[in-house]
Amino acid sequence: MITFTLKRILQLIPVFFGATLLVYFLVFATPGDPIAALSGGKPMSPAVEAALRAQYNLDQPFWVQYFLYLKNLVSFDLGQTFSGQPVSDVIARAMPVTARLAVMALAIEAVFGVIFGVFAGLKKGKIFDSTVLVASLLVIAVPTFVLGFVLQFVVGVKLSWAKPTVSSGAPWGDLILPAVVLGLVSLAYVLRLTRTSIIENKSADYVRTATAKGLSRRRVVVVHILRNSLIPVVTFLGADLGSLMGGAIVTEGIFNVPGIGNLLYQAILKGESATVVAVVSVLVLVFVIANLVVDLLYAWLDPRIRLV
Amino acid sequence: MSQLLKGPSVNRSSDEDRPLLEIRDLAITFSTPEGPVHAVRNGRLTVMPGETVAIVGESGSGKSTTALAAIGLLPGNGKVTGGQIIFDGEDITHPTEARIVALRGSSIGMVPQDPMSNLNPVWKIGFQVKETLKANGLAGNNSKERVAQVLAEAGLPDAATRAGQYPHEFSGGMRQRALIAIGLACRPRLLIADEPTSALDVTVQQQILDHLDTMTSELGTAVVLITHDLGLAAERAEKIVVMYKGQVVESGPALEILRNPVHPYTQRLVAAAPSLASKRLQSQPTEVAEEINAVVKVEHEIADEDILQIKDLTKVFKIRRGLGRSDDFTAVDNVSFSVKRGTTTAIVGESGSGKSTVAQMVLSLLKPTSGTITFDGQVMTDRTENQLFKFRRRVQPIFQDPYGSLDPMYSIYRTIEEPLRIHGIGDAKSRQNRVKELLEHVSMPSSTMHRFPNELSGGQRQRIAIARALALKPEVIICDEAVSALDVLVQAQILNLLNKLQEELNLTYLFITHDLAVVRQIADDVCVMEHGRIVEHSTTDEVFNNPQSEYTKNLLRAIPGATLML
Repeated sequence: MITFTLKRILQLIPVFFGATLLVYFLVFATPGDPIAALSGGKPMSPAVEAALRAQYNLDQPFWVQYFLYLKNLVSFDLGQTFSGQPVSDVIARAMPVTARLAVMALAIEAVFGVIFGVFAGLKKGKIFDSTVLVASLLVIAVPTFVLGFVLQFVVGVKLSWAKPTVSSGAPWGDLILPAVVLGLVSLAYVLRLTRTSIIENKSADYVRTATAKGLSRRRVVVVHILRNSLIPVVTFLGADLGSLMGGAIVTEGIFNVPGIGNLLYQAILKGESATVVAVVSVLVLVFVIANLVVDLLYAWLDPRIRLV
Repeated sequence: MSQLLKGPSVNRSSDEDRPLLEIRDLAITFSTPEGPVHAVRNGRLTVMPGETVAIVGESGSGKSTTALAAIGLLPGNGKVTGGQIIFDGEDITHPTEARIVALRGSSIGMVPQDPMSNLNPVWKIGFQVKETLKANGLAGNNSKERVAQVLAEAGLPDAATRAGQYPHEFSGGMRQRALIAIGLACRPRLLIADEPTSALDVTVQQQILDHLDTMTSELGTAVVLITHDLGLAAERAEKIVVMYKGQVVESGPALEILRNPVHPYTQRLVAAAPSLASKRLQSQPTEVAEEINAVVKVEHEIADEDILQIKDLTKVFKIRRGLGRSDDFTAVDNVSFSVKRGTTTAIVGESGSGKSTVAQMVLSLLKPTSGTITFDGQVMTDRTENQLFKFRRRVQPIFQDPYGSLDPMYSIYRTIEEPLRIHGIGDAKSRQNRVKELLEHVSMPSSTMHRFPNELSGGQRQRIAIARALALKPEVIICDEAVSALDVLVQAQILNLLNKLQEELNLTYLFITHDLAVVRQIADDVCVMEHGRIVEHSTTDEVFNNPQSEYTKNLLRAIPGATLML
């Protein structure tokens, strides 16, 4: 187990270099001049422009820029935004907001997805199962931006149950509605995955044996069906945490959440390569760590899997 | 075994004359998308306290369904639609959920069929035993000791340590012992044993059944033994109930049924039971053997020429031990034998004996570590791709699982035609005629060619597999457990077919099997393998009548029904 964990942490190194190189290259190759973006398209004297280019190392070739970036990265210097703030500060402000949002979304999809999935699976073909199946299909089919605006309008504006937009500082209460929107599609997937898994496991031989032992129905479900059914669900949830962190762009946009998604979106619009690369690097890290946790959880849930 | 724990002292002394379990006119219906299926009609069964009753029948006969209804374990779409189930004087035909939960485990225990799938893979063995005791209020204060004791009673060595392991760390036999421990943990008065050993090797099977016998007779447990093997039933049970297509066709004392079967189905079953057939051969070697030979094994011309010669064949597998280290495991160790054209040589052994590895090397699906295989005078090692291709045309396999070895997406026509197409034989028209001819060979109607494997039964699929193997007119057919997955009657049909084809086409068979009873019906020569070595090699009669090695003697003794006096 320890060897496995260490190995996986070592694997982080090539993944990290590969991901940053790729992102750096893509940003580099994007059409549009960052200096022009910085000045807002206004004309500037060639001397000022040259000075700015030198300041941001934009006059250097790609490889030099990339290695300078790596050098700074090692000393935790992620560069500066156009407005002169350190990128690390900007990320440090946005990160907790997005983390809060993602964790809430994950909790909502895990709890409700698994509960509904279990009941639907156990009562396959009954009215609850059919209702939930249709509803989940609907959620999967409707794009997030439609779902987000509809919920914002109905729940936030018409019913006034929640604030339609998030106030500064992004307190937990304000984030509930965006978290629901963010987690809803994944919830539908978790639900369907759990349901299928339960249906598959509930007719397994060992479940019949467990019943024959004289266990109560409740114990058979919780101890024997549920744990085995959760194995694929956990894999999905782990991988999903990564996409929740990165995929919050639309949701954060709708509800005006000052998180990573918004930050990334603004940075891409402005052509702020330093910010884009830094944010993506952080997201890669989150993604890889989330997958490591999944692998460890997997081995814990299923003792047949030995990690080597 | 003298210190078996006594169970809860409830009703131990109930009236001995009253049946413990009585099933009257039971009807069970499954609702399927194609409409209701009457799986059991007119199910009758009476079990007295302490008695062992066997329900015998082929798959789909309703034998498991009848027994499982008594413990309320019918699958979701199954329902008792008529009759009565009475357990110890109480009507439990339609019990409340609470009542049946209370009865399960403590009054009626179950030992299921397949030890591989009946233990929950994610919980330790000890946990799965403990929860049984707990659910029935028998865990007590030192449940750990109790768990170890229950497991030790079932014959699990080193039980206390073993309780801390997971099912995947157990062998099949050990898992079945754990399941027996679970079934008997709460001292039920009735045990339902659903084919408890059919997934195990014969010698392990015998040990486990012996142990189960001892335990249940010491505890005074009545047993309903469900099995497809008439020999096994006769050996282990006092009474036999024969089921066929959902109905009880015959019941009575075990030996009575074996000696004087009344119903035509029972008569066929008695005639086909391989263990009994071989038993008969053993007890009266001369006359009956000839008689059976006349029926089963048609004499054919045997050329005095070795088509296959295997010399010093060895296969060593590397087993990874992590961090680049590995251990050598010798699966096949210095095996030599030869097969004459037009004869059948059987390789017999238990799982892990290396018999299938030999088959794979002969088929050139696996490279030998050392040794040579000579086919028709040509040494087969280091041959070119082209030579190998030609070789494959002359040597064909038939595998064990007729469900797994046919491509579900291929029609029967495409399955049989494929080898012809690959080897570029004939045009479309002549290939179609050949497929028709092949289907005729294996006694299947030619209309079968437009159907798909999932529309056929196990026996029919195995016939298709044989037709496919015959397509290229091979000289040698390697049958790797080709009849092990089939019901006895179907098994007898397929063996007859193979014998008939051998005579007609002068085929040579290399027959891999774990079942000595089958060997008796098909083979001329036998190689007995143990731990990768051949421990005995001689003619079939010699092996059965005068076995030399201790291992062969054990195997022969382990055939169910071997000790029966007919």
